[in-house]
Amino acid sequence: MMRIAILALQGAFAEHRQMLSRIGIDSFFVRNAADWQQTKDGLIIPGGESTAMMRIISDEGLSQPIREAITHGLPTFGTCAGLIMLDRVHLNTMNILAKRNAYGRQLGSFRTIAEFKEIGRVPMTFIRAPFVAETDTDVEILAEVDGRIVAARQGKQLVTAFHPELDEDERIHRLFIDMCRAFKYESNHASTS
Amino acid sequence: MEDRTKLNRQLAQMLKGGVIMDVTTPEQARIAEAAGACAVMALERIPADIRAAGGVSRMSDPKMIRGIQEAVTIPVMAKCRIGHFAEAQILEAIEIDYIDESEVLSPADDIYHIDKRQFKVPFVCGAKDLGEALRRVNEGATMIRTKGEPGTGDIIQAVRHMRMMQSEIRRLTSLAEEELYEAAKQLRVPFELVAYVRANGKLPVVNFAAGGVATPADAALMMQLGAEGVFVGSGIFKSGNPEKRAQAIVKAVTNYQNPKILAELSEDLGEAMVGINESEIQLLMAERGK
Repeated sequence: MMRIAILALQGAFAEHRQMLSRIGIDSFFVRNAADWQQTKDGLIIPGGESTAMMRIISDEGLSQPIREAITHGLPTFGTCAGLIMLDRVHLNTMNILAKRNAYGRQLGSFRTIAEFKEIGRVPMTFIRAPFVAETDTDVEILAEVDGRIVAARQGKQLVTAFHPELDEDERIHRLFIDMCRAFKYESNHASTS
Repeated sequence: MEDRTKLNRQLAQMLKGGVIMDVTTPEQARIAEAAGACAVMALERIPADIRAAGGVSRMSDPKMIRGIQEAVTIPVMAKCRIGHFAEAQILEAIEIDYIDESEVLSPADDIYHIDKRQFKVPFVCGAKDLGEALRRVNEGATMIRTKGEPGTGDIIQAVRHMRMMQSEIRRLTSLAEEELYEAAKQLRVPFELVAYVRANGKLPVVNFAAGGVATPADAALMMQLGAEGVFVGSGIFKSGNPEKRAQAIVKAVTNYQNPKILAELSEDLGEAMVGINESEIQLLMAERGK
């Protein structure tokens, strides 16, 4: 039975949980260090305000354990603020640099449909969104809008500048769950061999 | 639904589980952001001072608001008077992230609220009960908050409004479909909105608590009563140690169901804002705009 941890400090964490339950995946909320102790096959860092979430994870003593778990291969999916939190100047687990509020204030928020690698055209909702301004060679670009990188993958980490949890399309969450399945298989295989 | 309305409702979704703090200077805005606020409300005078000063209170100076926009990266909200669509146009022109059509300022119109569908920028409005909330949503509000009684540090009104809304929502969910027409008539809102609430057991937009929140326990109380986040007005910068209190309220909203953490957060916060009891005040702001 697979179980996904959702960081639930602030923001759109409930929407991710709804999306996971729609595709039949169990999840739990992480609000403090005690919650984090539970067994998990993946982690979702939702949209919200990255400054608020960074502040709370450092005060709750969650930064270090989260960073270690990701570095040790825990599959992680960051949307919007979650993308920012994984970049070089925040948790620094991914070789990307996010540009915050890259489309300006709320009047710059928009919705579009664009190509996502291996999936096809998907709806993309951008709310005061960032984009990926810099990447390294180990980062795979999954989607671009107007020449800006809005989705990327590096090893077991997946990020989108937009919010798949706000749309009906389940395919990006399914892609992440497939990454978690592969991880579970590999880690079980490693422990039994 | 139009894309813009949807995007504006979705911004409110991103604020859930967060604290929106009233600030009057760029310095306060930076303190609020560092403490973990998910947005700030820029205004010249916090409600407690508006109440003390009396007279007509209006939209803040756009230059003062821009100073705060430049100081932080989180969303910046600002207030306009009820019905004062020209103030709202000005706030939209400076690209405010959210407009609060607020009873804290002196109302400009005693009959009509702003036709918020004419704007691209989102609006949050106060409500004391379900009918008021849905009327504001019908006018285009994409976020609702309780009216509370701003500037008092007394939580009783916010509690009353939140309980009223939740109990009316529960009542709607138990109605038969043919009873919804009469419910819509009583609430003075379109049938579709009433049908949405009945089917989903919640408002079609995010619902925050506002008015009188002064302590981590107040914030936790409102969250347990069904608020999806909290506005703190005078409670932070009218208290003895704003930085610490701000951080404590932020964490209380995240861990609102965990009394052990709440106990730690409530320690050594220094002086809370001086409260005024509901019965001691002359002017009930919550009665403005229905």
